[in-house]
Amino acid sequence: MRKLTIRAAINEALRQEMRRDPNVYVIGEDVGIFGGCFGVTAGLIDEFGPERVVDTPITESAIVGNSLGAAATGLRPVAEIMFMDFVGVTMDQIFNQAAKMRYMFGGKAKIPMVIRMACGAGGSAAAQHSQSLEAWFMHVPGLKVVAPSTAYDAKGLLISSIRDDNPVIFVEHKFIYDIEGEVPEEIYTVPLGKADVKREGDDVTVVATMAMVYKALEAAEELAKEGISVEVVDPRTLQPLDNETIINSVKKTHKVVVVHEAVKFAGPGAEIAAMIAEEAFDYLDAPVKRVGAPFTPVPFSPVLEQAYIPSTEKIIAAIKEVVA
Amino acid sequence: MAVEKEKLQWMYKNMLTIRNFEEKVAELFAAGKCYGFVHLYVGEEAVATGVCANLRKEDYITSTHRGHGHLISKGGDLKLMMAELFGRRTGYCKGKGGSMHIADVELGILGANGIVGGGFPIAVGAGFTAKYKGTDHVVACFFGDGASNQGTFHEALNMASIWKLPVIFVNENNLYGISLSQKKSMNVPDVAARAAAYNIPGLVVDGNDVLAVYEAVQEAVKRARSGEGPTLIECKTYRYRGHFEGDPTVYRSDEEVEEWRKKDPIPRFEATLSQMGIMTEEQMEKIRLEVSEMIEEAVKFAEESPWPSPEEVLEDVYA
Repeated sequence: MRKLTIRAAINEALRQEMRRDPNVYVIGEDVGIFGGCFGVTAGLIDEFGPERVVDTPITESAIVGNSLGAAATGLRPVAEIMFMDFVGVTMDQIFNQAAKMRYMFGGKAKIPMVIRMACGAGGSAAAQHSQSLEAWFMHVPGLKVVAPSTAYDAKGLLISSIRDDNPVIFVEHKFIYDIEGEVPEEIYTVPLGKADVKREGDDVTVVATMAMVYKALEAAEELAKEGISVEVVDPRTLQPLDNETIINSVKKTHKVVVVHEAVKFAGPGAEIAAMIAEEAFDYLDAPVKRVGAPFTPVPFSPVLEQAYIPSTEKIIAAIKEVVA
Repeated sequence: MAVEKEKLQWMYKNMLTIRNFEEKVAELFAAGKCYGFVHLYVGEEAVATGVCANLRKEDYITSTHRGHGHLISKGGDLKLMMAELFGRRTGYCKGKGGSMHIADVELGILGANGIVGGGFPIAVGAGFTAKYKGTDHVVACFFGDGASNQGTFHEALNMASIWKLPVIFVNENNLYGISLSQKKSMNVPDVAARAAAYNIPGLVVDGNDVLAVYEAVQEAVKRARSGEGPTLIECKTYRYRGHFEGDPTVYRSDEEVEEWRKKDPIPRFEATLSQMGIMTEEQMEKIRLEVSEMIEEAVKFAEESPWPSPEEVLEDVYA
């Protein structure tokens, strides 16, 4: 099958949805002729023009709020927040307005909007251009949180997100944009709230998100040489979380390591580990182990940054601890 | 300015409806029948009335924490509003929103808002939809003097001005952001002066003169509908009651309140209507009775309405 990078798969999802539905449009900083800071919206302006590929000033709060007002009145915006770190200045519009509008209005509003944002460390971009803040949004009722790891998933999940009638936070790890994978040319959806087993195994379950899926797969490959069979589960959607797929894997392996690049303390793994403890305690043969970033801002120097980002070696060490 | 008789009569009835509704809410709140925070619009009735008299059903408004007057003026149902304040299932938000979150999307009411300045970007978004779809709908974005110091004010006015979006930014300057006098919260005497920063018209009108508000907004709506972009209109007005029910109002003098009561928009408009020969005192009295009955019916509806069932807490989070 044809291969696309994650970047190109997201671009194709946007293009195909914009062709299908005239109410779908893209809005954000430098998304037009510049093609987006990470090139994700490249070329869209040539096909759809500046009315549907809307370049904004540097005004994140208005980008999100404008999208919300437009969504509440019948459009389907896909907003881009260049770096996830910049989302802080838009938070009121996301968590107090977009997330709650439907509930506050007694179910009488529909907010079909997607906010795409790039997360992740790895380029010495330091503390304000490298964070993984997806746990913030998992905590807010009314939002959905999507975090793909492959090109196939990215395209199908983005199409589902655009068609969803709720505000969706769509997190893209900027250091996996170039990873290629098989992507069908036709339109397809990957349902929100459905995890995917990226590698089957019997001895231990590794629940990993975004860039960490690749490191978990690397760890699995290494450990296979030592006779340890690792199952890698990618939740793909963090809210709603697919408890069932994770629990089924735990019932098979009885051991779990949760891995994400976000800070470990109160990160997505805290919820996943607690959920497993509540729902599958009797199936566990060892305490759930978590691997995440330390409780520090993201550092600048490559040496420090590499110490910060969870490594394949750390994942291997954690797996060995739980299977020991 | 020739305003049709029916419109003038509607304005009068609407202002009285807001006044009576709010005074009734104050009474019910004191009696413990409605809950949470209520911010009443008594004294500011001419603003919402003069603005919404220019709007069609398909037009939009974004409202504020002091929103009852806006909702009534845009056609909000008194019974559903009152039931919401009572926390009942029959209320506008099924008892999930309360005073600060009443909305009626069908009527273009995109919500009251508990966050000061929260409505600006949403209003701009509704204006974006109008432009995107090529309709001639407009948006009235109500906000207070205090809200104009929030960052969203700048972002929204800038965005609306560069894209010429059909938004009328209606500032209700009641001189205080909770306790802080406008004199201490901004270095310009008029919020309208800020329009210059966006190269859009900025006007100051007497917010206690419903016809002055009507006229200024009429021009702004015309501009907006014809694609000429946003306008900022500052309506100087005053709230007789505190910021919220229960506010001790230690930050202002009784004399100041008395001065503003002399400029009360309702008796002023009654004098105008009678001078213009639009309504006689008897006709006004008839409307007062009608309004009073409507409010009583709304209270009765709310009181007799069922509470939500506890399981409903889980509904309406997601579509």
